[in-house]
Amino acid sequence: MSENTTTWEPVIGLEIHVQLNTATKMFCRCENRFGAEPNTLTCPLCLGHPGVLPVINQGAVEKAIEIGLALGCTIADRSVFHRKNYFYPDSPKAYQISQYDEPICVDGHLDVGGARIGITRAHLEEDAAKLVHSGGEAGRIGGAEYSLVDFNRCGTPLVEIVTEPDLRSPEQAVAFLALLKNTLQTVGVSDCDMEKGSLRCDANVSVRPAGSSEFGVKTELKNMNSFKFLGDGMAAEIRRQIDLLERGEPVVQETLHYDPGSKMLRSLRSKEEAHDYRYFPEPDLVPLAPSQELIDRLRDGLPELPAARTARFAESYGLPPQYAADLNAEPRVADYFESVAAGADAKSAADWVLNTRPSPVDEIPAGRLAELIGLISAGTITSTIAKQVYELMLADGDTPPAQLVEQHGLASIGDSAQLEAMVDEVIEANPAFVEQFRSGKEGVINALVGQVMKQTKGRADARQVQELLRSKL
Amino acid sequence: MTVVDTLGLTAERCAELLGAREISCRELVEAYLERIDAHDPDLHCFLRTRPEAALAEADALDAAGPKGLQGVPIALKDILCTRGEETTAGSRILAGHRPLYDAGAVTRCRDAGLIPLGKTNMDEFAMGSSTEHSAFGPTRNPWDHELVPGGSSGGSAAAVAAGFAPLALGTDTGGSIRQPAALCGVVGLKPTYGAVSRHGLIAFGSSLDQIGPFSLTVRDAALALQTIAGHDPCDSTSVPLPEPVSLPDAEHLRGVTIGIPTDLLSVEGVEDGVRTSFETTIGEAERLGASIQEITLPTARHALPAYYLIAPAEASANLARFDGVRYGLRLEEPGDTVVDMYGRTRSEGFGDEVKRRIMLGTYVLSAGYYDAYYGTAQRVRTLLLREFAEAFSGVDLIATPASPTVAFPIGERIDDPWAMYACDLFTVPVNLTGLPGISLPSGLSDGLPVGFQLIGPAFSENRILAAAHALEQAIGFDPVPTGYRVGG
Amino acid sequence: MAISSDDVLHVARLANLSLSDEEVARMSEQLSGILEHVAALSSLDLDGVPPTAHALDVQNVTRPDEVRPSWPRDEVLAGAPAAQDGMFRVPPTS
Ligand SMILES: [Mg+2]
Ligand SMILES: [Zn+2]
Repeated sequence: MSENTTTWEPVIGLEIHVQLNTATKMFCRCENRFGAEPNTLTCPLCLGHPGVLPVINQGAVEKAIEIGLALGCTIADRSVFHRKNYFYPDSPKAYQISQYDEPICVDGHLDVGGARIGITRAHLEEDAAKLVHSGGEAGRIGGAEYSLVDFNRCGTPLVEIVTEPDLRSPEQAVAFLALLKNTLQTVGVSDCDMEKGSLRCDANVSVRPAGSSEFGVKTELKNMNSFKFLGDGMAAEIRRQIDLLERGEPVVQETLHYDPGSKMLRSLRSKEEAHDYRYFPEPDLVPLAPSQELIDRLRDGLPELPAARTARFAESYGLPPQYAADLNAEPRVADYFESVAAGADAKSAADWVLNTRPSPVDEIPAGRLAELIGLISAGTITSTIAKQVYELMLADGDTPPAQLVEQHGLASIGDSAQLEAMVDEVIEANPAFVEQFRSGKEGVINALVGQVMKQTKGRADARQVQELLRSKL
Repeated sequence: MTVVDTLGLTAERCAELLGAREISCRELVEAYLERIDAHDPDLHCFLRTRPEAALAEADALDAAGPKGLQGVPIALKDILCTRGEETTAGSRILAGHRPLYDAGAVTRCRDAGLIPLGKTNMDEFAMGSSTEHSAFGPTRNPWDHELVPGGSSGGSAAAVAAGFAPLALGTDTGGSIRQPAALCGVVGLKPTYGAVSRHGLIAFGSSLDQIGPFSLTVRDAALALQTIAGHDPCDSTSVPLPEPVSLPDAEHLRGVTIGIPTDLLSVEGVEDGVRTSFETTIGEAERLGASIQEITLPTARHALPAYYLIAPAEASANLARFDGVRYGLRLEEPGDTVVDMYGRTRSEGFGDEVKRRIMLGTYVLSAGYYDAYYGTAQRVRTLLLREFAEAFSGVDLIATPASPTVAFPIGERIDDPWAMYACDLFTVPVNLTGLPGISLPSGLSDGLPVGFQLIGPAFSENRILAAAHALEQAIGFDPVPTGYRVGG
Repeated sequence: MAISSDDVLHVARLANLSLSDEEVARMSEQLSGILEHVAALSSLDLDGVPPTAHALDVQNVTRPDEVRPSWPRDEVLAGAPAAQDGMFRVPPTS
């Protein structure tokens, strides 16, 4: 069948909800904090009591503008809050105050891996409460006998970021989300902790024949709470849609939930539930019209963003592009690298920061790591020994690495008489290998090097040992 | 035996008596409470009184020596939240609800030393023009117990007329202060939108709701407005007054131009007696030196249908929070899902009129209808704003009757929603435009009070109060209901 | 514009009101009646007239991002129809 030869192109757009790290909630002055005892961060307003009125948190407005600026958006001259009406126990007013057709940020972009991904909009809204389903089969909504509601999270400021359907693969979508997360962390507006739910991602996924300019029917994948689930969920959904289309069956527009356990997608709303949010302008609030002064002040205050920093790392430290990108996966990693590189060779610093386990980032002060790298460069210790010194530094963070080398006698043996004596010893003790080498089996030299290295306990440079051996043989 | 007769007693006079130590705060509060005990069973103005708390507050003020308005009693519409004291908005769904906080206007009253006597009856969630839609039974008109007092703030209006309190607070979303004031023969003031904090006012139509006072005199209305108006950071739509409220003392209307919207006045359904009283009052204004000018407000007659789209739309969202989860009534049967519980609670908890308006509001906002209904109504609102702005470029004030009719019999309109809605003909244009308006008793028609409405530009309360005061002096209306007059 | 019983049932579902058959019939009649009066608005020329959501001409009303103490949990749960483990208890969501 001809369909089976079709190449399919995935089309992906993301909707990302970011909890802002303001001191207070969006519309009341309750503390905005994760992990408190249930319902200890509530008041009549965030509980939707009769008679309460929302008042906009200026801090949230400024963080939303910062996000918009970081994503190259236009900050709207005027933005308006609407009521989005729906009944659910996590929504105390039975409407969410959100922005609808006049959002605060529009028309931005984020470049990832050379592709420009459009940002349709970023708007302010409030988070819902947390529901705990109990009594039935644990953790299963369907079997619950009752639910309990904790309103601590209710009213947390959210920025919802909506991308254009510009992403073309799950890998690209994941890379986009990683860069977005890093950008938001760098701006300092959110901790973006997916496990705590401060960064949440929904994906709109469709496929179409490659080269087509029309969009296929899309499905919405809800709340994938890790990069892995997001990637796996999208991949699974793309496979499912392609299978359907290749069998000649239609894709149905629906909302799906990816279950990481079974690696299956299931429909969230089984019955056809007409959603009619009846948006209308929130009469309790007045429009936002941020002044140019405010926007300029916030723009001037923005730190260097990951995209720019990645370019700078490649340029000024001479790092390979992948290194520069990997170091910028998280702002604290990039910060740490820069501190290390201030006192050591940049390429080595990058190697240590990216490839060492456990990661030095939270374990070793940057200056100490730079000292360690310095000891290698100076030939004081070998790379092998450096790993050993690193272990010692993990256990004893106070002592400078040079002192640890001294205390444990780990300094390189270098070209000293001691090393020559060891080489002679090994040649003497292994006449058979020596014979084989001399008869042309050059490979056995590695065995001899190994024996010398064993004797030096790694304190010699293997290449130097080999050279010594060759000269003696 | 009380030391003072509360019938016809003004807040200003109360303050004088208290200031001169002719009576104590306790004696005054007791006098009002006694009158309520004696006569409120006939009228049902109050859903609840708070005698112990009121007397304790009176004693504390007596100990300190009252100043200003300290010690003057006030009645509060039961839509205003009072901390720890039941607040129901006239609804079964909130029976027993004790708010965690005081409304902003209530706080200002308490700060001024006014003593709340209790919470007054009202149409459920302020939806109605007769107080018959209270879940707790109707209030009766002090002028004739077979008639309605108007609504939705009927309990507050009737309480002031009946001598149960010299002042009362009501709320006005489409006329709910001015219409009952008219029907009960008292003064009712709806301030400019934003002048009085809505914080703690249980919302009906959020872009329309405003708190205002009932009183026997225009000067008392000014005193009450002084007390409750002003910026409140808890209400994003609250704004500071451009000038302080002053006590009116004008005796004439020289230099004042009053516009008469002839097109609005020509609509059907205005009673002859109301027209006659209105014309007499206009004549009085001329005698006081006002110049009268005919104007047109072509869209004003369309304010009523626009209002009955906007207010229910906002109400449908405002009343969605009553879901049996966090407070108030919950009705639940074994095996219910949360949606079953919602439906059960809301169907039993809300009365017919409230359900009607929730349905209407939900319908006009729903997919496919928004533009035709809600969008259209908001465009009508733009026209109204333009027309009033245009009118106020030529006149200082606009006058209309406050209500097209005098008080009507209990039960007459209860089954005909539009007939009830038509009570708001002259009042809703003012809410849609956020303007201030006052209803002033202008005389009797067949023995029942008629209300005269003065409307001014935004934040022109001082101008309205001054003109209303001058007219009030000229009219000389006796606000004591005929049946309560000595020998009457 | 007549509102059918089906319309009424749909809207009642959106509004979470469970209406009796008699209420549905009455609601259909009364809402249709009200909308007949509203139909008068269609005589107005509203072309090019922008909507007004609010008569008040104010913008940028915000408050500083400073914490105030929250309410004691006992107080907020005291009015709850059902509470358990410091939370509001509701029937199952499905
Ligand atoms: Mg959202
Ligand atoms: Zn709160």
